[in-house]
Amino acid sequence: MTVQSFFDLALPAPVAEIITLVLILLGAILCLSAAVGLLHFRDVPSRLHAATKPQVLGVVLICLAIAVSQRTIGGMLMGVLIVIPVILLQFATAPLSAHMVGRQAYRNGTINQRSLVADEYDESKRTPPAVG
Amino acid sequence: MNTVLVVAIMAVFGVTALLCVVRIWRGPSILDRTVASDVLLTEVMCVLGADMAINGHTRNIPVMLIIAAVSVFGSIAVARYVARRDNPTP
Repeated sequence: MTVQSFFDLALPAPVAEIITLVLILLGAILCLSAAVGLLHFRDVPSRLHAATKPQVLGVVLICLAIAVSQRTIGGMLMGVLIVIPVILLQFATAPLSAHMVGRQAYRNGTINQRSLVADEYDESKRTPPAVG
Repeated sequence: MNTVLVVAIMAVFGVTALLCVVRIWRGPSILDRTVASDVLLTEVMCVLGADMAINGHTRNIPVMLIIAAVSVFGSIAVARYVARRDNPTP
């Protein structure tokens, strides 16, 4: 088997379509769970918790669907290659914005203080640094 | 079968966008609205990807790339310059 014929191996069209649609549906349901969490939770950090994680996995699933929809093995490799920058950027920027919004929510006083189990930021403000 | 799946995908995406808009409308603080608009922007990205996968083309990849790269600046700018409610006076 030559390399070219290996890259031309293809999934049957109905199978590829079903896999693609199921992956997109899973990604859409993850986005929906993020939105439901936005409405359900009470303060900003728990809303961030609901919003940040599922949407990243949803983007990954939909990018996988884009790769599978190319059908041939060479096309799938090409699809993964063009989709990897999107996933890497999403992985890099989602924690950044979550960190900034969460820190500002803490300073702003829009979080429920009694819902915190440990508050290291407050303790580090009360004890001066390098005290021992 | 495929039609049912496509209709289900469209319905789920629509409900998601609607819930995000409700949170943007009602959100008590501006940080809630920022988080909700971030989710809405990511959902737009997911819809562009779903369009590519269903219709079998790859023309939307640059748009997805730009949205993934730029969407962080909106949240960071709002979170950086939001007014502080409490001004601690030691």
